Amino acid sequence: MVDLLNAIVLMLNFVIIPATSYGAQLALGALGVTLVYGILRFGNFAHGDTMAFGTMFTIFFTWLFQGLGLSLGVLPTALLALPFGIAVTALYAVSMDRVVYRHYRFKRSAPVILTIASVGVMFVTNSFVRFMIGTNEQRFSDGQKFIIKAREFKEWSGLSEGLKLKTTEALTIVVAGMAVAALFWFLQRTRMGKAMRAYSDNEDLALLSGINPERVVMVTWIITAALATLAGVLFGLDKSFKPFTYFQLLLPIFAAAILGGVGNPLGAIAGGFVVAFSEVMVTYPYKKFLKYMMPENLEPSGLMQLLTVDYKFAVSFIILVAVLLIKPTGLFSGKVIRA
Amino acid sequence: MSYLIGDTIFGGYGGADILHGCTVAVEKGEIAVIVGPNGAGKSTAMKALLGMLTVREGSVRLDGKDITSLSPQDRVSEGMAFVPQTNNVFAGMTVQENLEMGAYLRRDDITETMEQIFSLFPILGEKRRQLAGELSGGQRQQVAVGRALMTKPSVLMLDEPTAGVSPIVMDELFDRILEVRATGIAVLMVEQNARQALEIADRGYVLVQGENKYTDTGAALLADPEVRKSFLGG
Amino acid sequence: MSQSLRPILLFSAMAIALLAVGFGQGWSVMLVILNLCLISAVMSVGLNMQWGYAGLFNAGVMAFVAVGGMVAVLISEPPVRAGWEAGGLRIGIAGLLVAVFIGLIYAVRRFVSTKWIKNWGTAALLVAGYFIIRPVFEGGVTAVESIAAASAGNLGGLGLNILVSWGVAAVVCVGVAWVIGRIALGLRADYLAIATLGISEIVVAVAKNEEWMTRGVKNITSLKRAPVPRETNLQQAEWFQNLVSGVTGLDPTDADFKLRVIEFSSIFVKLCFTFLFAAVLAIVLFLAIRALNSPWGRMMRAIRDNDVAASAMGKNVVKRHREVFIVGAAILGVSGAMLTTLDGQFTPTGYQPLRYTFLIWVMVIVGGSGNNLGAVLGGFVIWFFWIEAEVAAQWLSVNVERLLLPYLDVVIINIGDVVLNVQDGVVWLKNAAPHFRYLLMGLVLLLALRFSPRGLIPEAGAARAH
Repeated sequence: MVDLLNAIVLMLNFVIIPATSYGAQLALGALGVTLVYGILRFGNFAHGDTMAFGTMFTIFFTWLFQGLGLSLGVLPTALLALPFGIAVTALYAVSMDRVVYRHYRFKRSAPVILTIASVGVMFVTNSFVRFMIGTNEQRFSDGQKFIIKAREFKEWSGLSEGLKLKTTEALTIVVAGMAVAALFWFLQRTRMGKAMRAYSDNEDLALLSGINPERVVMVTWIITAALATLAGVLFGLDKSFKPFTYFQLLLPIFAAAILGGVGNPLGAIAGGFVVAFSEVMVTYPYKKFLKYMMPENLEPSGLMQLLTVDYKFAVSFIILVAVLLIKPTGLFSGKVIRA
Repeated sequence: MSYLIGDTIFGGYGGADILHGCTVAVEKGEIAVIVGPNGAGKSTAMKALLGMLTVREGSVRLDGKDITSLSPQDRVSEGMAFVPQTNNVFAGMTVQENLEMGAYLRRDDITETMEQIFSLFPILGEKRRQLAGELSGGQRQQVAVGRALMTKPSVLMLDEPTAGVSPIVMDELFDRILEVRATGIAVLMVEQNARQALEIADRGYVLVQGENKYTDTGAALLADPEVRKSFLGG
Repeated sequence: MSQSLRPILLFSAMAIALLAVGFGQGWSVMLVILNLCLISAVMSVGLNMQWGYAGLFNAGVMAFVAVGGMVAVLISEPPVRAGWEAGGLRIGIAGLLVAVFIGLIYAVRRFVSTKWIKNWGTAALLVAGYFIIRPVFEGGVTAVESIAAASAGNLGGLGLNILVSWGVAAVVCVGVAWVIGRIALGLRADYLAIATLGISEIVVAVAKNEEWMTRGVKNITSLKRAPVPRETNLQQAEWFQNLVSGVTGLDPTDADFKLRVIEFSSIFVKLCFTFLFAAVLAIVLFLAIRALNSPWGRMMRAIRDNDVAASAMGKNVVKRHREVFIVGAAILGVSGAMLTTLDGQFTPTGYQPLRYTFLIWVMVIVGGSGNNLGAVLGGFVIWFFWIEAEVAAQWLSVNVERLLLPYLDVVIINIGDVVLNVQDGVVWLKNAAPHFRYLLMGLVLLLALRFSPRGLIPEAGAARAH
């Protein structure tokens, strides 16, 4: 019985909690990608670097507030800086649309041309981030580190496994939940949100109904920038900020978006969690878990790890390949925004 | 002086002209129908009125005002409503949301208009929470017409509204269009089902190769042996 | 400007730029740039086949370049006997088992017609295969990697001439491209992009982690780059010393002579590479131009410009796409092997997507999508600027620092505890300077795509507007 409890705590500690918060981060990222897919109809390769861009500015504002002696007590100062980071990123995304994407939209270029343009934006954004903050790892989380400490939990429960819950993990889940709720409220209930769904659903008819496409596109970029910054900051708080890591997040994020069906926000969220849980579960060594669960003479000798962490991208890739082979339209067959 | 008129229009989609001096007009509280063989430029003529192609020569006037250079969106806000032949609903949105999107440009209270549309098309009221993409073909056409009417337009233009629906549904749809006319709206239709359409038409245009071949009242065209022989199958 | 004159003028300008580097920065520097220009041109021609001929978005150029590099290592390294004895057998058996399971899966998918048996059977075989093969494989890997870990810890290669690897790299990349093509072609264009991006991450992860193969992040240095001699061997060779004294008129006893021999040996080696690479480029270019003007190439362009019409005319679009994707990948593989040969070492951490995937894209777009000469020119021009931009940025940052020297203590920002002075700014600038060229390349890509979408040397007769 105690063994079972220990095993459960172990799983909670190393699989369920980390995967949930990572899943929430991926879901926010995938939402941004899927919105751009749904409205602007191209795969945005610059999304990972947009996340880095937003996170970088949030870090700058965090440093500034820390310098001014502002803080949120137990919560990270970055939370205070977040709105400013989002504002700068939204401005950046909208200007990039003006100087880069709009031209191809007016010309009605093929989606792949817009994707290549997004590679250009990725290049520029990436180098700008390297320029400003360098390529090194940055940690910017302050405030109280843990909500539940492993040692205190052990003392309280008497189990040999400790349960820990990082503030950043709880924060990720809460903030992501609020953001998603706000997004769905916006898409379902507001005039602009409905206009976005209409535009995504049937562009020509939306134009005939008097919906201004440029407004829709601008709002899309603002929301995308906000989601990207949020995803990036939460990821950075939880782990750390490193520009190249953010570029690499592109793969799991796209896997999540495609798995959920491109252009489908609900699917993107589901996809984010599927990818995150697969990644964590496949790269988690089950040795200790099995020790608790198995009779003593059957204890495993190896790490019982399906894949080493070095290959975590392979998990996203395999999911991607499976979707492309079995159901290219994704789980929730997308293409348009259906909230 | 007609309420909406496309006056001796020459034009096409950038390439060679499709319309060669064709004239189409409609009065308020009147149904005008454009018929003709395939490739005669029926839909093109309607799109010219809506500003969706390059008009090289001639003019489009609405209520005496020249609107030839306005964009389709601006014409919509001038009171013109258009129901395309295909993809004419937001399939992923509910019936009610479709109607709301139709009224996107309106800033006033739209509940009254919506009630009017529900009384015109009772089935839409019943299915207001269903996704438009899940409705039958005839119901979807009703959503499409309803969406167009939400702007409280003075002109309603329909591009082959009965394409692909059963004869019963077609009759019902024509009945509704007659009701729409009764509210004082000018209705302009392009139709494949020429005979049935001309029966309800106040005015009919037979287009051939982008030119007016016959223009008369619907009844007169139906009675004209030439028209019957060439275009109505005897 | 007439169509035929334009390439001549542009290539002449490129030659003048390279000559200017030769006179200005030295011939050794110039040859380093030229050699990489040649390799870049091969890469660019390969990618141009995929994008320019067929409109396929390959975001995993790096995958094929890295595979090429790995092949170069595996072909040219001498075999590590101890490694083979320790774990070679087990790894061999594991490889065999992989083949067996692939065969079984193929058989199931081919000969079973009931859909659910087919799919669940495949899944069951995948799982069973994983659990059967993994212990066999891992035992072998552990054994191999524990052998002389500091110097080897791998199986080594076949000990063949590294030139062999250039061909083998093409063959291996054909295999990789075939698999990717099966998965991602025939779907949305950007799905291929994501799939290839994923493959490139995985290939580099394999190169970094599979130490039994290529020593992973421990790197492999001093590859044998036969037939090109090593500088140190040249310096000893009598004929070479005679050559140097013949050219310079110096006597072997002169004080300067030794230095000149060293200098000349470096240039000589680089020239050897230049000839080799130029020969490969010439062959690849010849074949690419032949292919483009063949019925196959014309069909490919017809498909690119209107795939609906082409498939309506009974052309198998997906199959044609697969062919061109594979051919392009083979060329990219060759370029990767060439690159590793030139470097004389294999460092997996050096594979960065911006450098090995997206820079090649800039080359193709700037040079002229669909035009092979354009792709070559793009390879030259972009590589030239890529190198010289860094030089320029360094020069700029050094000079800015010199200008600001008297003002280092001036405070720029002073908010709360945040105090930044000019010195901090200078440090920042020095750190930021290497990233300047990335910014430049991003801008070049965006500007070219916008204002010159058909490139420096446009495709002949292409009406395609991007």
